[in-house]
Amino acid sequence: MAEPEGAKPIPNPEAPKPAATGAADATKYVGTPAVGTSKAAASAGLSQSGPSNTEIDQRRRRLVWVAVTAFLTAWFLAFFRFFLPRTLFEPNTVFKIGYPSEFALGVDTKFQQKFRIWVDRTPDRVFVIYARCTHLGCTPDWKPSENKFKCPCHGSGYDSEGINFEGPAPRPMDRAHVELAPDGQIIVDTSRLYQWPKGQPSKFNDPGAFLTGV
Amino acid sequence: MADENNGKNGKVGLVDRVKEDIQAMKVDIPAKAKEQIEGLKDPTKTQVYTSIFRHKHDDTPRNRALGVLSNVFLHLHPAKINRDAVRYSYTWGMGGITFFLFIILTYTGVLLMFYYHPSKVQAFRDVLYLEHDVPFGKILRNMHRWAAHLMVIGVWLHMFRVFLTGSYKKPREFNWNIGVLLLVFTLLLSFTGYLLPDDQLGFWAVTVGTNMARATPLLGHEGPFGSMLGMTPYNDVRFGLLGGSIVDANALLRSYIWHCIGIPIVASILMIVHFWRVRKDGGISGPAPVMLAEEADKTRRGPKAAGE
Repeated sequence: MAEPEGAKPIPNPEAPKPAATGAADATKYVGTPAVGTSKAAASAGLSQSGPSNTEIDQRRRRLVWVAVTAFLTAWFLAFFRFFLPRTLFEPNTVFKIGYPSEFALGVDTKFQQKFRIWVDRTPDRVFVIYARCTHLGCTPDWKPSENKFKCPCHGSGYDSEGINFEGPAPRPMDRAHVELAPDGQIIVDTSRLYQWPKGQPSKFNDPGAFLTGV
Repeated sequence: MADENNGKNGKVGLVDRVKEDIQAMKVDIPAKAKEQIEGLKDPTKTQVYTSIFRHKHDDTPRNRALGVLSNVFLHLHPAKINRDAVRYSYTWGMGGITFFLFIILTYTGVLLMFYYHPSKVQAFRDVLYLEHDVPFGKILRNMHRWAAHLMVIGVWLHMFRVFLTGSYKKPREFNWNIGVLLLVFTLLLSFTGYLLPDDQLGFWAVTVGTNMARATPLLGHEGPFGSMLGMTPYNDVRFGLLGGSIVDANALLRSYIWHCIGIPIVASILMIVHFWRVRKDGGISGPAPVMLAEEADKTRRGPKAAGE
């Protein structure tokens, strides 16, 4: 018999020689997959047939694994993409704040709550500071008596032009893009920020970072 | 019988059958009543009981082991534990206390969910409502808060003990790593819960926390290589955490879902693996076996020698 060892019936020491010659032995495939072991199969002569090819089909196995991996990878990527919404319901980053003549010399905090900005006028310029601490993103407070901005989270201090001088802040506060609308009002865009990273050239003098002669 | 009677006279057959039934009931009912009374006297003999508890409850070593092994919840636990390994001076009981706190947090957290809406404005009002008007709301909220603090402390102390006793070593390296993941998820549960009251403290804490995510390598727009990979405030990891570029309604909702559903499910699965691995890796690690006094007398060895 060319059958593998495991395919033989369980040996019974008391019984006579296993019915290897008995054609009607319905339990020929004990220990193998349940193919051709039922009574119906035996009567149809199927008990003699079993899984003909016991070798693993490596190509098919690889295909299955590739399919499963690709499926899970696709879902994994989709899972992460899902968390990045296409549409946002956030305040507009472009808005008008009125005419330049409405802002006196120094820091104006009237738009802090509404737009998270301060309007700052120096003798030659008007610019808008984005009211976000460059350390970890809290909103600093303007302290008029000390003429400085102070962050309540970790104590960063900035002078009246938003230049850091104490605490953990790594750079001055960013400035928002400003331009004049045709009607003469100031348009602010807080999605376009001008920075002065530590050890790098300042962008505060770039066109759009300030208004002059207004 | 019944068929023959029916063939001649249906009425006679019916009477006969009723008589038969009554006769049967006269035998059956007392038997059933007796069974019921027996069951009331000793519920452990009833079929209902034996179908639920599949072994006897006698105080034998075998039954005590079966009590653990045949219970779906307890079977994660070892059937027998080395007496040296359960000394509080050795384990500090911190793993068990941490799990107990997790159960308290699950219970109080689910109850708090009944009065909480994860939306701007309403969230903070609900917290005030829970604090001042909901029956037992204040104690539930405070239990949830204190248990959360204690759980973080418990996890640290548990890991400290495991480190001091060298219980992270072979064959328990894998379970140590599961434990590290559980630490991370415990901290994430705390962090996501921080925002839920939607008060000033939570809002700025999450502002600060998620601003750190800007500096994530590769995935943050201010982190190393971030801008090279095209990261902006509108597509980086912080954006994905907050569901937007600012801490707003989406961030509150996401925090709530991670806090109440996402992280607890993952943490629970890891806890199941963690407890199961404790058993599979040989139970709670223990010091060298300590002998009881009478055993020490038998072998004429002092307790000091036995402890070595």
